[in-house]
Amino acid sequence: MTTAPPTGPVGSILEHSPRPVDQPPGELRDRRGPGRWRLWRLDRAVSPYLYVTPFFLLFAAFGLFPLGYTAWVSMHDWSLLSDQHPFVGLANYRELVADPYFWNALKNTISILLLGTVPQLLLALLLANLLSRRLRGQSFFRMGMLLPNVASVVAVAVIFSQLFGRDFGLINWLLEQFGVGRINWQAGTASSHIAIAVMITWKWTGYNALIYLAAMQAVPGDLYESATLDGASPLRQLRSITIPMIRPTIIFTVIVSTIYGLQVFAEPQLFAGSGQDSVTGGASRQFQTLTLYLYEHGFHRGFQFGYAAATAWVMFGIIVLAAAANYLLVRRIRSTT
Amino acid sequence: MSAVRLGHRVRGYRPGRLAYLTLLAVLFFSGFPLYFSLIVASQDNSALGRIPPPLLPGSNLLANIRRVFDTVPFEAALLNSAIVASTITLSVVLFATLAGFAFAKLAFRGRTVLLLLVVATMMVPTQLGVVPLYLMMTELGWTDTLPAVIVPGLVNAFGVFFMTQYLREALPTELLDAGRIDGAATHRLFWHVVLPAARPAAAVLGMLTFLTAWNDYFWPLIVLSSPENYTVQVALSNLRSGYITDYSLVLTGTVLATVPLLVVFVVLGKQIIGGIMQGAVKG
Repeated sequence: MTTAPPTGPVGSILEHSPRPVDQPPGELRDRRGPGRWRLWRLDRAVSPYLYVTPFFLLFAAFGLFPLGYTAWVSMHDWSLLSDQHPFVGLANYRELVADPYFWNALKNTISILLLGTVPQLLLALLLANLLSRRLRGQSFFRMGMLLPNVASVVAVAVIFSQLFGRDFGLINWLLEQFGVGRINWQAGTASSHIAIAVMITWKWTGYNALIYLAAMQAVPGDLYESATLDGASPLRQLRSITIPMIRPTIIFTVIVSTIYGLQVFAEPQLFAGSGQDSVTGGASRQFQTLTLYLYEHGFHRGFQFGYAAATAWVMFGIIVLAAAANYLLVRRIRSTT
Repeated sequence: MSAVRLGHRVRGYRPGRLAYLTLLAVLFFSGFPLYFSLIVASQDNSALGRIPPPLLPGSNLLANIRRVFDTVPFEAALLNSAIVASTITLSVVLFATLAGFAFAKLAFRGRTVLLLLVVATMMVPTQLGVVPLYLMMTELGWTDTLPAVIVPGLVNAFGVFFMTQYLREALPTELLDAGRIDGAATHRLFWHVVLPAARPAAAVLGMLTFLTAWNDYFWPLIVLSSPENYTVQVALSNLRSGYITDYSLVLTGTVLATVPLLVVFVVLGKQIIGGIMQGAVKG
């Protein structure tokens, strides 16, 4: 159950094909008896499947099957409190779309996603651009940048809850020094979204910068050389060479960050503090995300599994749509620059 | 003009002072929250209300650590997390190396399709399957036990993809052929040729997996219910959810949970970075 985005776009790896060796070397055939030969052939035919089986078996059982089975559960009145779970068709979905709290959670999630992802990826792009130059202390800067990624989401949420604290938080103290005055970060919709977005940005910017950096290093250097000769400014080079060239990586990070952002859970849950607020995302649900909403119904209040499953399945649909939309959007980079 | 003669990979212009200043500022913002949590962890709670806030470590760290262990069974949590994360790491690395070897170097029918399937599953938000997963664990009688946390993490698609990439380049096909000519069966090749060759990548994958498993939160929170079975992250969140948050207590827990990872990171950070970037390039 890991949610950390994996790295790397794909592509070329699928085109490679290992050289098939279905004939044993001649001498081998002569030396060994026919029984050995049959065993040899069996080994060659079966081993590859044997080796990939554990992965597919375990992933199917504990990754794909639960996800698919969610659809089945979502069409039942299914709760932990009762042994009966009658089929109810789309009733859970009807109830879901009629619940204003669901729409509130969706709105919050999208808002936090945008605030936490757009600046983050732009910043990562700029940082990667800086890191791709001839810097002294390359690995020092890279390591420093990845440092926040080592901390768990729980640690990040706890640390920033302290920093954003109303009375004793460092950020409010600073704001006061500058005459802005204290902000009750948890209380407001916009302010709480910003605080949560800061947590996401802090944890993931360096990680994405490294991914962009890796892609930038694969861009042929002579493109930049001739651009420099033509008098193109660094910013212009970033816009007209780097970004179009690393487009597949950008698409990849945008999609992965979106998938991550739509499932944000620990940050809002722990930001709220204690009691009921931690499931509702604040007293007036000002920062309840979709996953928190799912958690509230599935594992906190009455264990309404059918309803929670319907929520999960709707989220899955939203994630697929968002990924597709992002793909189409970012694909246009080349045509607009 | 020296810019013209620069080797490839390097941009045609040198970084200015502004570039260094920006990077240093970023480093400051990256490091400061972690540093500040250490400060809070070493103060008693009353110091936190001080104006201006403390910016240097206090002397209360040990007392706070004792309080953490008195409030939640934190030693059990550390042990549980160590068990969960190392089991998952061993399993992920072993199965990823097996599958990666098959995908990279063995010819078999359906190879491309299966590999495509691996890549596709990297994007699947499995977190959304929690409800049936919970039902399965209830069925198996595993709720509130460590196997419930371990088993769903035993394999991951990223690992398979990562090892396939690595072995394709790093494992010489001639070496395998030589083994074949000596009559070695595939499993012997795996143990004696593939595993040694895979060691650098296995180390990186192992560290990334350990980190992710150690930091996992959502699923353990759902499936574990008694404090003695908590993993570190769940124990931390439990510290946080008191009626009034005792920040020096919670952040001491955070420091305890994060420091082991930071040590590993400082020692092996270069390899981790190499691994992340390696996973990213082959586009």
